[in-house]
Amino acid sequence: MSSSRAAESLLALNQQEELEDLPREYPLSTSEDEGDSDGERKHQKLLEAISSLDGKNRWKLAERSEASLKVSEFSVSSEGSGEKLVLSDLLEPVKTSSSLAAVKKQLNRVKSKKTVELPLHREEIERIHREVAFNKTSQVLSKWDPVVQKNRQAEQLVFPLSKQQSIFAPIEHVVSGWKARTPLEQEIFNLLHKNKQPVTDPLLTPMEKASLKAMSLEEVKMRRAELQRARALQSYYEARARREKKIKSKKYHKLLKKGKAKQALKEFEKLRKVNPAAALEELEKLEKARMMERMSLKHQNSGKWAKSKAVMAKYDLEARQAMQEQLARNKELMQKIQAASESAEEEGGAEEEGEPFVPDVVNEVQVKADTPNPWMFRNHSGDTKEAEVQGDPEELAEPAAQEAPESEEEGPVVAEEILLKEFKERRSLRQKSRLNQIAKPVGSQEAKDLSSQEVLSELRALSQKLNRESHQSRKQELSSTRTVLAVQREEPAGEEEEPLLLQRPERARTLDELEELGKKGCFQNKELPRVAVEGQQLERNPSNHLGVPKEKKRKEQMIDLQNLLTTKSPSMKSLAVPTTVEELEDEERDQRQMIKEAFAGDDVIRDFLKEKREAVEASKPKDVDLTLPGWGEWGGVGLKPSAKKRRRFLVKAPEGPPRKDKNLPNVILNEKRNIHAVAHQVRMLPYPFTHHQQFERTIQTPIGSTWNTQRSFQKLTMPKVVTKPGHIIKPIKAEDVGYRSSSRSDLSVVQRNPKRLSIRHKKQLKKISVD
Amino acid sequence: MKVKMLSRNPDSYVRETKLDLQRVPRNYDPTLHPFEVPREYVRALNATKLERVFAKPFLASLDGHRDGVSCLAKHPKSLATVLSGACDGEVRIWNLTKRKCIRMIQAHEGFVRGICTRFCGTSFFTVGDDKTVKQWKMDGPSYGEEEEPLHTILGKTVYTGIDHHWKEAVFATCGQQVDIWDEQRTSPICSMTWGFDSISSVKFNPIETFLLGSCASDRNIVLYDMRQATPLKKVILDMRTNTICWNPMEAFIFTAANEDYNLYTFDMRALDTPVMIHMDHVSAVLDVDYSPTGKDFVSASFDKSIRIFPVDRSRSREVYHTKRMQHVICVKWTSDSKYIMCGSDEMNIRLWKANASEKLGVLTSREKAATDYNQRLKEKFQHHPHIKRISRHRHLPKSIYSQIQEQRIMKEARRRKELNRIKHSKPGSVQRVSEKKKRVVAVVK
Repeated sequence: MSSSRAAESLLALNQQEELEDLPREYPLSTSEDEGDSDGERKHQKLLEAISSLDGKNRWKLAERSEASLKVSEFSVSSEGSGEKLVLSDLLEPVKTSSSLAAVKKQLNRVKSKKTVELPLHREEIERIHREVAFNKTSQVLSKWDPVVQKNRQAEQLVFPLSKQQSIFAPIEHVVSGWKARTPLEQEIFNLLHKNKQPVTDPLLTPMEKASLKAMSLEEVKMRRAELQRARALQSYYEARARREKKIKSKKYHKLLKKGKAKQALKEFEKLRKVNPAAALEELEKLEKARMMERMSLKHQNSGKWAKSKAVMAKYDLEARQAMQEQLARNKELMQKIQAASESAEEEGGAEEEGEPFVPDVVNEVQVKADTPNPWMFRNHSGDTKEAEVQGDPEELAEPAAQEAPESEEEGPVVAEEILLKEFKERRSLRQKSRLNQIAKPVGSQEAKDLSSQEVLSELRALSQKLNRESHQSRKQELSSTRTVLAVQREEPAGEEEEPLLLQRPERARTLDELEELGKKGCFQNKELPRVAVEGQQLERNPSNHLGVPKEKKRKEQMIDLQNLLTTKSPSMKSLAVPTTVEELEDEERDQRQMIKEAFAGDDVIRDFLKEKREAVEASKPKDVDLTLPGWGEWGGVGLKPSAKKRRRFLVKAPEGPPRKDKNLPNVILNEKRNIHAVAHQVRMLPYPFTHHQQFERTIQTPIGSTWNTQRSFQKLTMPKVVTKPGHIIKPIKAEDVGYRSSSRSDLSVVQRNPKRLSIRHKKQLKKISVD
Repeated sequence: MKVKMLSRNPDSYVRETKLDLQRVPRNYDPTLHPFEVPREYVRALNATKLERVFAKPFLASLDGHRDGVSCLAKHPKSLATVLSGACDGEVRIWNLTKRKCIRMIQAHEGFVRGICTRFCGTSFFTVGDDKTVKQWKMDGPSYGEEEEPLHTILGKTVYTGIDHHWKEAVFATCGQQVDIWDEQRTSPICSMTWGFDSISSVKFNPIETFLLGSCASDRNIVLYDMRQATPLKKVILDMRTNTICWNPMEAFIFTAANEDYNLYTFDMRALDTPVMIHMDHVSAVLDVDYSPTGKDFVSASFDKSIRIFPVDRSRSREVYHTKRMQHVICVKWTSDSKYIMCGSDEMNIRLWKANASEKLGVLTSREKAATDYNQRLKEKFQHHPHIKRISRHRHLPKSIYSQIQEQRIMKEARRRKELNRIKHSKPGSVQRVSEKKKRVVAVVK
């Protein structure tokens, strides 16, 4: 925004400059025209002035007559009048040409331009400059952002950042730079010189110098790495060449040769375009090859191999082909090659003729390759694949379509079947249990009644479920393809639903019975079927068990939670007793009961309640007994203060505030605060942490060497900033962090800048003053 | 029959020489080392207490000046050399290892307002109240030579500060305007002004060396670009800024020592809000200097104390004071980041440790490991109230202590008043302004 404004202002300045130039140009041009006829004009003017002295005809313009050669200011100049008139001049179209045309044009141009804007104030201009400079500077500075971020977040910073390389300065150098100044020093120096101390000895032996000049460690390392790499590459290529050489496959070698030929051809083509001279040389080489071929009998079908093939050729197609190939090769090699042409036409011809350069074999191979090459099959196979793909959906669709009506029809049917199966299973189970019951001769009549009731209830539930499912299936008819899955998905849902449906009537009943039968004292028989049913339910859905207290609460809010908790445990016990007597085949049930048995002894709930009661008692404010035995009566061993006295001196404690866990049966809230711990506990979550668990975790991980290995201890206790004693830490430099520092020195820029600035300022000031 | 024997390799338990540490087999099974948190807590507590016990930061006092010390400068190449200028125009060069003055020059008539060393350490510049800029050799005059400046530049106005470029033979002075001088010339190559008030201090950016910052007595801080020979931006604060200091590790961060008892750290690209306000002083802050690591800075105040602030904290981590130290005028952090020097009104330069309880000298590796571990423990348990209380406890002179209380009350009253104003006015009519924004009056482009 600001920069664009600045640009605008600069543009305005430029325009102004142009406009200033305009008027200057015009007078200049006119004065040039008038150059040589100046004297005459002055004379004319003088005459005019004299003539106008009489006062009447003061502003009379000079009249023009054909004869005169003189030129007035605002009329046509008569220059060129001496020249001959040419016919072509006369033939030119008539123009309204006047000498004022140029002026008019310029006037128009000036008129068409709007008035120039006032140049900006100096303050405004400075402000713009400042803004531009600030933006530029902040851009320069923002390159430091990543470095600063990195340093702020660094685990450890080691200062000084740049490692100084120790410079080896031999003592002689140091000494030579030093001069004795004080008389004492000079005296000492003289003494030393007398004794020919090694002050001016040859400073370094050539060996030492060489060692100083030798490569630094890094250079050596780099060089070594380079050499290593080169060696590795070489050995790799050697190994590869050896391997390739060993390959016996003729086909491979043939292919290789062809490939090479192709490559050579390509290169030749390229070379011909780029460097014709080199191409010519290549051609010569080819020519030489041709000559060699002509000399030799290599491809003449006269060799041993060729003869053997010739015998076979009659019968064997391949042999014939091979022979033909060889002949073709011979032909090709023998063909005379024409020199690369100069003209374009010839080039074209050469190109046409160049085609034979391409060995026929190559073409043949391509033709041949058409069939066996798997890549060429791609289209075909792709088609087949596509066809397959296309077929697949059809196939997919078909079964789907098949399934759809099936599911439409079968969906409910299947569901019904499944339900029926379940029902059967359950029934068989129940029959078994009933058999067991029959084996036991206690209260069979009631049990039977119960079981029949159960059957009835189950049937009812089943019918309900069926109704519902048929309803659902009707809905699902629309989304026919998904029904199969839906049915599958629904099955477990159905199973989940079922127990719920089953439970309701039953549970109500059992509860009632419990209340009734609890008085009678014969739990066992009533419980048994329930156990059976519950066992089944639990097998499918153990979470259902949790629903029991909830439902109870919902139904009978009169029942106290505590009562419920307490009453439940004996029933569990009573459950445990008969099951031990029973011989159940079902293993799972066995296991469950085993667990029950194992935990039969410890009654957690009762313990908890006891604990809570104690806590409540302990937290209650205590009465203070202020009776003093022996006051106002006899005292001694075995004598107690009278009840009356005790009552009198007993200070009753006021009722404390209600406990916070009064209405929470399964919670003990400790309302006492440990004052001793408070001093060592953090009250607020400290700043960088967002969750108390984070903070706790950092506290809980020990960092000492007692709990950690030496290495991890060092890592954990690493200081954040490390400085070397006695080392100067210099400000960070661009080179330290891999940036390129500006090559221009600040000073040079400053020295260049003020001039430019001052010129510009002067200009601006001038313009402002002019305006 | 094969007989199995127990066998031991003596290599695993016999040490090679007597000087080796005994090898102790360790079992890191956590069940064998219970109560890790309580044990470490106790260790941390002990470490914190010991830290306070060993916190003896004062090292030496360099006396010899015959007037208040007005400016200090570090030698760029030698850690042991320090230069100081006094209010009577005397410049002294000190050797810190010997704790002695090695050279003294009567440099100016009146105050020595500013002193700075050349980046190569061969010479230094001083400016004084006598309107001169003088360049001096760092080494003393050779035998028989007179003590004379290398160059003297006579100016028209009083120069109040000077700073040398970090790489080139250029220095900047300030007074009526900011002048940039070539060392070889007697007239400035460039002078920049913005406003008409006297400028109290000018500082080159140590990283992007063409940047300058200055602060003037009309409450503003101005940034300049030397290459483009133009000021860049100006920020006006509530009160006057005495001096600024650039962070030597973060090119765009600088800290300003203000008269309103606070220090303001700015990102120079966004001047409208300070990055951090550092408050703890109870009187005007006169000088500030960054640690060369760029992690802390030290500030000198008129309240006769110096404080050390971490750059990312608004509260100081340390306060140094002595009974005899008067208003501290200048402060410097040595270039090895281990020591702090401060020059004060009562003619002394004091040398302090940057870490109050640090053990000086060479540490054995075990000592080093122990200090690292203790440091880390203190960090780990720093939020625990007991440890926090001990580690934060400092003894303060009564004047500072009572002023802190007073200012706390004042601040609370101001806060309450603002709250009340908001409470009793039409909702939305009174806007809360953040503390950071409140301090910046304006940013002038």
